Amino acid sequence: MYKPWPWYVAGALIGLTVPLLLLSGNKKLGVSSTLRQICAACVPAGIPFLQYDWKKDSWNLFFVVGIVIGGFLGGVVFRNPLPVAITSETISMLANQGVTVDATLIPHELFNWSSLTTLRGFLIIVVGGFLVGFGTRYAQGCTSGHGIMGIASLQWPSLVATVSFFIGGIIVSYWVLPFILSL
Amino acid sequence: MKNILFLLIGIVFGLALTKGEAVSWYRMQEMFHFQSFHMYGIFMTAIPVAAISILFIRRFGIRSIDGEAITIPEKKFHRGIIVGGLIFGFGWALTGACPGPLYALLGGGYSVTLITFAAAVAGTWVYARLQPRLTR
Repeated sequence: MYKPWPWYVAGALIGLTVPLLLLSGNKKLGVSSTLRQICAACVPAGIPFLQYDWKKDSWNLFFVVGIVIGGFLGGVVFRNPLPVAITSETISMLANQGVTVDATLIPHELFNWSSLTTLRGFLIIVVGGFLVGFGTRYAQGCTSGHGIMGIASLQWPSLVATVSFFIGGIIVSYWVLPFILSL
Repeated sequence: MKNILFLLIGIVFGLALTKGEAVSWYRMQEMFHFQSFHMYGIFMTAIPVAAISILFIRRFGIRSIDGEAITIPEKKFHRGIIVGGLIFGFGWALTGACPGPLYALLGGGYSVTLITFAAAVAGTWVYARLQPRLTR
């Protein structure tokens, strides 16, 4: 349980959440919609896009509370004490960009509270988070809703969305992130 | 009562994301640079497992546990699929997290993820604000 799971175990369980949600109540896997739910519940501010009965879809709030608990079990209770086993190629690439691999899932030197006061940390944490929320809603889905649910139900717009996610990610990871990390 | 079921499925999902290291910023950089099969392996297992299950459900007209017919709404193409998709991709590479992993990292004790998460909620809110103009 402490060791990370191979891709086929994690992948199979992630894939199984799709039929499990369908069978438990005709629900479609999707996570980013909960960000809209939170906006509609907390700060609707008379915005038309947030004027809907969010309580009718509150199942997904239970689902994401589950994800938090799952993250606690996997990341704290059954925490892997060793660094993430990325390839030596990635380790040396990141080392060249000034990031060392520590024994956590995300680099502590980038993701910590004092890093928020640096331009580098602000861009990665705050601007990055903002783009995730803005982009997923504009695309009407994220990696789970489009990448898994959408592609698995053979919907071509979801494939276009997923390809766009990857193109955006590749552009930033190759050409923008190295610059931000050097700040 | 059914909400407990959604919570349990969420636990499985969050645990698989975390133990599969799909929440790891390191793994995302490795994936975007095509340096390992790991993340692609996760997608290439999850998608067929989901697809075959959906095929099965449709083929045999299986209903949900309370007898509801299972329906999957059509996803319509619009320019946000590409533009929004790219914008999300930019954020994905920076934060190393999509919305699912954000929740999992919150549970994993990475407290500064609260800020990433709050920024994502803010991004969604700003989208909502601009939505009439963006979808015109």
